[in-house]
Amino acid sequence: MSAVYIARNKEVAARMLGDELMIMSARDSTLFSLNATASTIWQAADGRTPLAEIVERQVCKTFAVDPAVALTDAEELVQGLSQHGILKVSNTPIEEGP
Amino acid sequence: MIAMVREMSNTALRLGIPLGVQLDLTYRCNERCVHCYLDHDDHGEMSTAEIKDLLDQMAEAGVFFLTISGGEIMMRRDFFEILAHARRLMFCVKLKTNAVMIHEEEADRIRELVVESVQISVYSHRAEVHDAITKLPGSLKKSLAGAKLLAERGVKVMFANVLMRENFGDYQGVQALAAEAGAEYTVDPTITPMMDGDRSILNLNIERAELEQVFRDASLLGMSTEEFCAPPAGPMDEVDAMETLPCSAGHTACYISPYGDVYPCVQFPLPTGNVRTTKFIDIWKHSPQMKEVRSITMADLPVCSTCSHGGGSCSRCPGLAYMEGNMRGPSSQDCEKSYARTGVETAGMKLRQHAHSAVGLVQIQCSTQPSGMHQAALA
Repeated sequence: MSAVYIARNKEVAARMLGDELMIMSARDSTLFSLNATASTIWQAADGRTPLAEIVERQVCKTFAVDPAVALTDAEELVQGLSQHGILKVSNTPIEEGP
Repeated sequence: MIAMVREMSNTALRLGIPLGVQLDLTYRCNERCVHCYLDHDDHGEMSTAEIKDLLDQMAEAGVFFLTISGGEIMMRRDFFEILAHARRLMFCVKLKTNAVMIHEEEADRIRELVVESVQISVYSHRAEVHDAITKLPGSLKKSLAGAKLLAERGVKVMFANVLMRENFGDYQGVQALAAEAGAEYTVDPTITPMMDGDRSILNLNIERAELEQVFRDASLLGMSTEEFCAPPAGPMDEVDAMETLPCSAGHTACYISPYGDVYPCVQFPLPTGNVRTTKFIDIWKHSPQMKEVRSITMADLPVCSTCSHGGGSCSRCPGLAYMEGNMRGPSSQDCEKSYARTGVETAGMKLRQHAHSAVGLVQIQCSTQPSGMHQAALA
């Protein structure tokens, strides 16, 4: 199975509000609230680190969850955020613009 | 979406976060609108570096919704540098402009920087009316051209239509223009006093009968006329009144002038501090004036807490009340609106009628009393 790379879409608006991350999609002005786990993934989405590594190093370490379950959940989350234009997803590293 | 924004506001309120800020970059403007509440001289605007630093501070403080306004924002040559910085900080940005200076290049740049929306002032579908209000010949044509360029690029555009005597009959024409341009439409029937307290422009406000007409036009309300104009529900329950805040000003929102002055709201010119001398977050958290605004609940409003409109048919603005002399008092303009909605007088209106008749009595007494007693009787 090939690695999945994720990058934050710079077209969104985002801000931490307490322990939640508020994100507004540029595409349709839809507002999302990400919990602490999802926020961790979004913030680590640098386009260079594979999702599995983000989950292992950031999510499992911080939230003490089972790696396999966490990765499945993360893939589902990433798919959803990608559909709303919040994350870019690719099987190769993603070049970040200026 | 609305429910989620409300939830965000509740969280921000609980955590003491300034969720929304309006930042005016300049009071300079290429138009001279007859109803404008600003003077258009530059009294020492913040520099590019000062504004960027302020934006950094605001992002750190948790500001999410950023409205960039003026004056005319494009009068600042560094406008796009400021906007780009704001977007790098991931604010949800709304722009307010007259769009007169938006050409292909500016529209492309605004599209690239991805703002939430651009609000454009449009006063009439007739150039002679719009241009007479802005005092800039050709301004309607230019504003509409700017709006079209933005809409063509997929930028969300909203036409803001302030109603006054000069253009009251034209709002349906502006609505049609907005529909044609693919823009949303919002109407504001209130002319506000100038920020320096000058109330002379209030004579531009539409008449009561016209206000009643606006409040019965379902196309403007976003709800049924019956619901919007329903009789007042009675004063707010005492317990609710102790927990209900007059509005978001100073609680989850504030306004910053081009000179760095921080106010609870653009319509609430109570000085609370200046970011040139004090960190934004310190003004927000520790300013005695902000704390005073925050301490006020509906129960603390001596007149409005007794008013039958307190249960929902009043949109009292504490800033307008402040500009009338008492931030805990009623706002006569909002009393007028409540009356226009329901046909039922507000407690503020009754109080004013009583005060007028009392003044009349005092004036009669005054002929036989020294002025000191006259003043005491008025108080």
